[in-house]
Amino acid sequence: MTGVGWILTVLLSHWRRHPMQLATLLIGLISATALWSGVQALNQQARTSYDRAAATFGGARVPMLVARRGTSLPQQIFVDLRRAGWPVSPMLEGRLQIGGRSYRLLGIEPITLPVEVGAAAAIGKTDLQSFIIPPGQTLVAPETLSELDLPEGATPEASDGTRLPPLRKVPQMAPGVLVVDIGIAQNLLHRPNEISRLLVGKAKGPQARLESVAGDRLRLVPADSETDLERLTDSFHLNLTAFGLLSFFVGLFIVNSAVGLAFEQRLPMLRTLRACGVSARKLNVMLVLELVTLALLAGLIGLVFGYLIAAALLPDVAASLRGLYGAEIPGELTLKPQWWFAGLAISVIGALVAATASLLKAMRLSVLAIAQPQAWKQAQRRWLLLQAAGAAAVFAAAALLFWFGASLLSGFAVLAALLLGAALILPAMLEMVLSLGQRSTRQALATWFWADSRQQLSGLSVALRALFLALAVNVGVGTMVETFSHTFASWLDGRLAADVYINAADNTQADDIKAWLRLRPEVQAILPNARAETQLDGAPIEIVGLADHSTYRDHWALLQSVANAWARLRPGEAGFVSEQLARRLNLKLGDRIELPAPGGIWTLEVVGIYADYGNPKGEVTVNIAALLRHFPAIPQTRMGLRVAPAQIPALMTALQTRYGLNGRNLVDQATLKADLMGIFNRTFAVTAALNAFTLGVAGIALLTSLLTLANSRLPQLAPLWAIGITRRHLASIELLKTMSVALITTLLALPLGLCVAWCLIAIVNVKAFGWRLPFAVFPLQLMELVAVAMLAALAAALVPAIKLARMQPASLIKIFADER
Amino acid sequence: MISRRTFTAAALALGFGQRCALAQSYAGMNSSAEGFATVVPGRLFSFPADLGPHPDYRIEWWYVTANLTDATGKAYGSQWTLFRLALKPGAPQQGWAYQQIWMGHAAVTRADLHRFSATFARGGVGQAGVDANPFHAWIDSWDMRGIDGMDAMKIAPLALSASGKDFSYALRLDADHALVLQGDAGYSRKSEHEQASYYYSQPFFKAAGRLTIDDKPVEVTGLAWMDREWSSQPLAPDQSGWDWLALHLKTGEKLMLYRIRQTDGRNYRTGNWISADGKPQQIPPAGIRMTPTATTEIGTRKLPTTWRIEIPAHGMAIECTALNAKSWMGIRSSPYWEGPINFSGSHAGVGYLEMTGY
Repeated sequence: MTGVGWILTVLLSHWRRHPMQLATLLIGLISATALWSGVQALNQQARTSYDRAAATFGGARVPMLVARRGTSLPQQIFVDLRRAGWPVSPMLEGRLQIGGRSYRLLGIEPITLPVEVGAAAAIGKTDLQSFIIPPGQTLVAPETLSELDLPEGATPEASDGTRLPPLRKVPQMAPGVLVVDIGIAQNLLHRPNEISRLLVGKAKGPQARLESVAGDRLRLVPADSETDLERLTDSFHLNLTAFGLLSFFVGLFIVNSAVGLAFEQRLPMLRTLRACGVSARKLNVMLVLELVTLALLAGLIGLVFGYLIAAALLPDVAASLRGLYGAEIPGELTLKPQWWFAGLAISVIGALVAATASLLKAMRLSVLAIAQPQAWKQAQRRWLLLQAAGAAAVFAAAALLFWFGASLLSGFAVLAALLLGAALILPAMLEMVLSLGQRSTRQALATWFWADSRQQLSGLSVALRALFLALAVNVGVGTMVETFSHTFASWLDGRLAADVYINAADNTQADDIKAWLRLRPEVQAILPNARAETQLDGAPIEIVGLADHSTYRDHWALLQSVANAWARLRPGEAGFVSEQLARRLNLKLGDRIELPAPGGIWTLEVVGIYADYGNPKGEVTVNIAALLRHFPAIPQTRMGLRVAPAQIPALMTALQTRYGLNGRNLVDQATLKADLMGIFNRTFAVTAALNAFTLGVAGIALLTSLLTLANSRLPQLAPLWAIGITRRHLASIELLKTMSVALITTLLALPLGLCVAWCLIAIVNVKAFGWRLPFAVFPLQLMELVAVAMLAALAAALVPAIKLARMQPASLIKIFADER
Repeated sequence: MISRRTFTAAALALGFGQRCALAQSYAGMNSSAEGFATVVPGRLFSFPADLGPHPDYRIEWWYVTANLTDATGKAYGSQWTLFRLALKPGAPQQGWAYQQIWMGHAAVTRADLHRFSATFARGGVGQAGVDANPFHAWIDSWDMRGIDGMDAMKIAPLALSASGKDFSYALRLDADHALVLQGDAGYSRKSEHEQASYYYSQPFFKAAGRLTIDDKPVEVTGLAWMDREWSSQPLAPDQSGWDWLALHLKTGEKLMLYRIRQTDGRNYRTGNWISADGKPQQIPPAGIRMTPTATTEIGTRKLPTTWRIEIPAHGMAIECTALNAKSWMGIRSSPYWEGPINFSGSHAGVGYLEMTGY
């Protein structure tokens, strides 16, 4: 065997003698890698789908020309601009009902479509001739095809009886979108010679001034480097990433303590190796090599777990993103090779970072140095002071960020600084509590109990910090989710005021249904409503038209309103805006907004602001008659009914049989409410799952720290055993000590957690979603968490305690024989 | 010469195809032309109607090249081309359903630079098209139109303009002779089989106007040449490309020459000697010798940019040299060489050379 082989054998023999330590190290690395890569896989999957969506949306990636007034433009303006040197491409967008479901129909002109839009690639694979020449083709995503339950080549019928061109599956397309040639779109939408907007490609030559061609009819919307979806969902991914990072660091805490112990225990071995003539350089290289090998092994296993985690969470992530932002994420996980490399790299880098201190120590190892017990108290004091100073600095930074930061990122930075500062100051606070305890006791054993707890602090601090952070985040996120869920439930109660909701196939059927309903005695009110889409300040918004009825006045809660707000809607010159929209555009009561409508600009005074949780788009609510005056072409197929509760099932059955309405276009309030609550519960399911993972990892960190400490603590415990304290008694003292330190940590985590919750609700949520929830504390939930934390601590402390209780007296006696 | 444009169109269409999924079957000019009108001898031409498009035929082009000089004698070249390509036979549909696609190419060349631009358009909505009377051909902001009561038989005067990212030009074209029917009274054969096109030219243009490169305008004058050609299947399946020349002799005579390279290594050669007063005289294949004498490497391609041309019947033996050997029309996936040339020897003058299929 070569020298290197011998060194390796000697080094590795340590792990054979301490398999638990090896397991700890691997568990730390595996959980760090798994959680990190799992989150990355989810983010990657979502981002890929946004690219896909952007490819068909063709919106934000290139500059656009949109109508300054109204929602459409004459086609001639496209020709005029092209003739004036503008590299524009026309696009027509509208909605089409197929089988009771609404789809987004996009008419494009593939020949002038700017390359940067990205759809060209998707269209490029189809045959241009069959795409543009009637009957043409309808490009759809595979998901849309299966949703329509039709084969490729089928020609579905829209609700108005027109037939779509044959369907063609294009994998790169976004779900829910139908893409046809612009000429075909004009026919399908009955909008001949109309376009919705013009995409502007890269200039190919001199172009005339926009005003000289189109007067003031057009407005140039500059390109965004990000798509709408990316911008909207950034917060969500930041959220996921933050959790991934937190879990990663908790995992590294474990690695750090395991590696630290292994090096500590191997110091005599290393010294012996050096004394046998192994150069320091060679030894260090071998140590790094050993660590990298272990990290790679753990990284591979971690990646497999990461994949499993991502696959398990993907449905929830997809549901969240769909519910919150309308982003469609396919349910199947696809991973790029970079993901695997990044995962392995993060495992190796993490292991090296976690082992830096130990490696440096081994590097500076002096052959002649002997194990000198440190004057631990003095060292610990300095260490605590240093960390407290660090914490003060970090808290100051958090305060500065809070006052001066305005972005979502700064919100997260405040959170991160808060957590980091708290983690740094934790040992000092524990030390304070423990020394208070020590002062309050006279009995020798009790004094020893407190003093020894203090002495243990530096050894346990890493694990305690992991527990502390995991708990604080759990409290914070738990409070936020609970707050949201409560607010959302009561908001839904007000919002879903009608008892039955109907969306008829077309206006004729809607009129039939209304006529029939009027004759039914159990129907107390028919409340027609309608929706129109337009743009405000460059972003798409929805206008909702509501009937003038006491149902809404009584139930629909307004966050702010002028006197007599509902009556003010009636003439059609005032409207309510959603909280998100008000925040985005900085709207106050009395402000005026200008909505582009087909007939021209519709000016509305803001007379109310209402909560509109979970809607990615801004919303304006107006009187339905006024809406129909300004948007005469929108379908008048939606209505809500007030019905005596007992009669609801019978009425719904009658409607189903008479008009062939199904679950998609006929739903009662209870079902709708349950569906919506389901969506929003899933929204935070991922957060909750990651939360649980993090807490689990923190538990493991505590366990491994205690296990590794258990051996090194024998020299402290053996004298107590020698003076007559039984092993069982010693074990219960040890258990009690761990539990009390854990309890103090947990209690300290509660206020921090509430701070985190407040940051999430007052900063992050407002920036990310545009709504602010009322802050509430849920004591029951907090108590539950304390219990969970104590259980985790108990589970972690039990194993070493039992080991101690059953320890052979010979092992304890041996302590006195060893020189150490 | 017919084939030259044809092939260019083919190549362009191919590139276009890559961009827009135009299936190769439609792009390939040497594919079958079922459903389209066929080119047969004996057609009677009529003007101005034949200045306009012939949608029954699959492809068609309006092609103007000019050899220009500025006040200091510095030489320039310019190209203006509009292609029409039918995706499907049948009567033209209205609006977006119109099954014709248009492509424009424009270029300016100087000894030290070559700039080009390409653009594409659907027919039917007004973005591109050709009207016969009054004559107007356009795509985007590029324009060619009859002015000052244009004489249809002379296709003059014309106003011609085009622009790219870093160049633009506007020329006025005048002519004192009528257009010239190529081949057999406008029926131009492209192979020993039935491949052919309808083809006429106006080689007698005098050009004057302004050329702008990198925002620096320069006044230019010179000679220009227009080719008009349409067909449904101008190339045989075994024909791979061609070398085409249009020459303005100092004597006022004009010469059009091409050789279509075949995959079997043989060439199909044709020439037309046009007297200074516009009388065409066909030159049989055996009477033409075209020999490349030096090549230029452009990317991975090797192109013959100097030629020795011999036509014994006219006592011609000349050396042709490109003004800019890198006159490469690097249009994505349908690249070709097209640029101004000078020649000397038994005769002297300027002209244009086009090489495709390399």
